[in-house]
Amino acid sequence: MSAQNASPSANPSVRPNGAGAAAILAAGIGAFLVAVFAILADQSAAIKSLMIFSKPTGPLSGVTTCAIALWLAAWAILHARWRNRNVALARVNAAALVLLFLGLLLTFPPIADLF
Amino acid sequence: MASRKSGLFPQSVCPRTHADANEKVAYMEITARSFWTLIHGMGFGALYLLACSGALVELYRRYCTHNQSLPTERDERFLRIYLVAMAALAWLAVLTGAYIIYPWYRAVPPPGTANLASFPQRLLMASPTTSGWHSIGMEWKEHVAWIAPISITMAAGVVLQYGRNLKNHPQLRAALLVFVWTSLFASGVAGFFGAMINKNAPVEGGPVIHIVQGETK
Repeated sequence: MSAQNASPSANPSVRPNGAGAAAILAAGIGAFLVAVFAILADQSAAIKSLMIFSKPTGPLSGVTTCAIALWLAAWAILHARWRNRNVALARVNAAALVLLFLGLLLTFPPIADLF
Repeated sequence: MASRKSGLFPQSVCPRTHADANEKVAYMEITARSFWTLIHGMGFGALYLLACSGALVELYRRYCTHNQSLPTERDERFLRIYLVAMAALAWLAVLTGAYIIYPWYRAVPPPGTANLASFPQRLLMASPTTSGWHSIGMEWKEHVAWIAPISITMAAGVVLQYGRNLKNHPQLRAALLVFVWTSLFASGVAGFFGAMINKNAPVEGGPVIHIVQGETK
């Protein structure tokens, strides 16, 4: 996602939107990753066993831990890159909402089972 | 009116005695697993759902109406605390669900077990009329629920960072509202299936807790 400009906002009282955009896009990524890891663990026996971080909870423990770790990493990286910038928020929002919608859709078992 | 003698005691601490046949004792008791399910569902989950509607109203009232005045510092602090509390509730709900209740739900019975009452997943899957509650309900719930804390943590993070400056970022506010709506939907799905699954195959077992003990008339 490209930055509109790399400098802080012209109006110093208006905080650049980059930090918010980073949080929003990362949340979309996180929601999508929950679904992706769930499908991977469901489709592959090897990945399923790799995802068992906690035996009583089973693969759900690894699926959610991996998704959360990557969501937080994405948030930290995007925040570091965008916090002092104004970015093209319409595009960031669109990407985040598509990822969020896919996350919701792909966690629904009849759809997840298509893969 | 029945006289109440004792309160919240595990059975091991306050054993049930029926020595006196003439004494009619009424118990209100709950198993430890049911108690945890209540904490997870009613304590964290339902409270989160209620809080979601409050957050949506507050965000809409504050930023999406034609009200041009900036929220006061006190209002802003309230919203920050409210969203952080919601994020904590959402995380507590998914973590207690995944690491305390779900292991009881998915426990595998020893071979030859006829009574599946203590093995809810197997109990649901044993009948074609209930297997969908697991294969669709639980399979969806256990994953979609995690979208709620992710979304609300993001919302809390943005409000913490921007505060009253959000008034200058309509697109940020719009995205925030969509994520909070989504978190309401995700937690609603999880709550609905959690309630229905627990109705069809309750998570039961563990020590018995006497909530109320008294005498019947």
